[in-house]
Amino acid sequence: MAWPQTLIDACYFIAALLFILGLRRMSSPRTARGGIVWAGFGMLLAVVATLLLPDMEHRGLIIAAVLIGVAAAWWSGRRVAMTAMPQMVALYNGMGGGAAAAIGASELIGHAQNFAIAAPNTFPLMPESWSPLHGAIAVAPLSPVALVLGVLGALIGSVSFSGSLIAFAKLQGWLDRRFVFPGQQVVNLLVLAAAAGIGVWLATGHLAIALICAFFVLALLFGVLMTLPIGGADMPVVISLYNAFTGLAVAFEGYVLQNEAMIIAGMVVGAAGTLLTQLMAKAMNRSIGNVLFGNFGAASGASAQAIGGSQKPIEAADAAVMMAYAERVVIVPGYGMAVAQAQHKVWEFAQQLIARGVKVKFAIHPVAGRMPGHMNVLLAEAGVPYDLIVDMEDINPEFPVTDVALVIGANDVVNPMAKTDPASPIYGMPILDVADAKHVIVVKRGKGTGFAGIENALFYADNTRMLYGDGQAAAGQLVSELKSLDA
Amino acid sequence: MLDGFLALYIFMLAAFTGYEIIARVPVILHTPLMSGSNFIHGIVLVGAMIALGHARTPFEMAIGFIGVLLGAGNAAGGYVVTERMLEMFKSSKPRQGSGESK
Repeated sequence: MAWPQTLIDACYFIAALLFILGLRRMSSPRTARGGIVWAGFGMLLAVVATLLLPDMEHRGLIIAAVLIGVAAAWWSGRRVAMTAMPQMVALYNGMGGGAAAAIGASELIGHAQNFAIAAPNTFPLMPESWSPLHGAIAVAPLSPVALVLGVLGALIGSVSFSGSLIAFAKLQGWLDRRFVFPGQQVVNLLVLAAAAGIGVWLATGHLAIALICAFFVLALLFGVLMTLPIGGADMPVVISLYNAFTGLAVAFEGYVLQNEAMIIAGMVVGAAGTLLTQLMAKAMNRSIGNVLFGNFGAASGASAQAIGGSQKPIEAADAAVMMAYAERVVIVPGYGMAVAQAQHKVWEFAQQLIARGVKVKFAIHPVAGRMPGHMNVLLAEAGVPYDLIVDMEDINPEFPVTDVALVIGANDVVNPMAKTDPASPIYGMPILDVADAKHVIVVKRGKGTGFAGIENALFYADNTRMLYGDGQAAAGQLVSELKSLDA
Repeated sequence: MLDGFLALYIFMLAAFTGYEIIARVPVILHTPLMSGSNFIHGIVLVGAMIALGHARTPFEMAIGFIGVLLGAGNAAGGYVVTERMLEMFKSSKPRQGSGESK
């Protein structure tokens, strides 16, 4: 069953090529769907080639593990609602980080056992014959570079693993929003320093099982501690960062295993993920450091400006009439709309307005939903055409000539305090200038604060009316009220 | 066999490739792209398979097995989720043309 090595190498090469081309295609809406299929073929090719590697043992066990993992992930990925996509990305990303950490662990432990058997001075630092593909990996020592990268990859992979799982639990609603205690950052730093210290000791060739275990425990602990204090609104940035982390970890472990496909794919993701993280943080007007260590939302409440006035309710019938006779309506959807699964009803309502000659547009904040572009995906799911969906920069100048801005389930992205109140935790974040519209109707479940736990001055503004209720129910009411106008 | 500098070149060129691909992407595609890159680092599955395939002790086998499970989950889950997101981009095209107003 020994395949020629060249053929296997060629498979890895084609897989790496397909990954890059696939990612390239995914970066344009027209070709995006083909992109994932290309990358999928690359993955299939790489996996099959790996199974056919010479001197692989436990093939049955490998196939069993692959089948179980694929089946479980496939089932969960198919079943989950579109709104839950961000946490699923976090979950699968964490799995990748865990796998990278497992590779690192298995390499380190394998060599620790080596260490115990062989006399330390009998092996050269970098033997010429060393190649994992010739079965020598189990006995040949790692080169110093490989050892350093292996330890580094294991550290990053572990942090990504435990951190992503916490991110998943938070977005899933299994964990309270934030955990903060005094001196938290000092504790985090100490844990990281301890993990890094042991890592350096390991990387210089002092491989002992107990140390390796301590290293992984500390690294995993750091991932948990680092993610716990981060607020839910910042999760997209964090998930994107962990995505980049996993990519790096994969690339490093790929070097240890001398697997070029892993190095290339991991590094491409590492770089792309880092840039994506920066873009997301920029969209929220925050730096990555600020997200990770800024304790977002901690200052809300007491120090923020007091808001005068009251929230003024409106009935669905009045809201429907208001929009039916308006010239321009801008709909601002937020995550609340997605949670209520109201996008289809909202689109139905918008279609009715369009049929009446109202100019309807959908305004999307860069971080609407849980991730940049998340809201576009949800609206696309409901069938809203692209030309009606407008980005923040393009729609903001239009708000002063807009008759009615309908805000559904959005909160922080339309909060004027981001502009007016330096004490507000979201101060400086670019927002949709909904308050400039002649009338604002806000569909909201109740009087509480939003996901980030911040008061919103928009709700108390003179030109704002609150339509209380679940997003789907409210949209349904609007639809039926509009219909009754024609009756 | 990859020696130090050859590997360094690969690291560098791959990093530029990743950076350049993302640099021109519209916001609409950020989420699918994050998901897509999440799928691509599912290649870690290959590494986990190699680790399990070379495991000698039951302990190493257990770690390798977990690694393959997780890696397979990363790859398959990443694929399904990305594919589902991108599917919507396909379906929205023809509707745009028909104008859809009653």
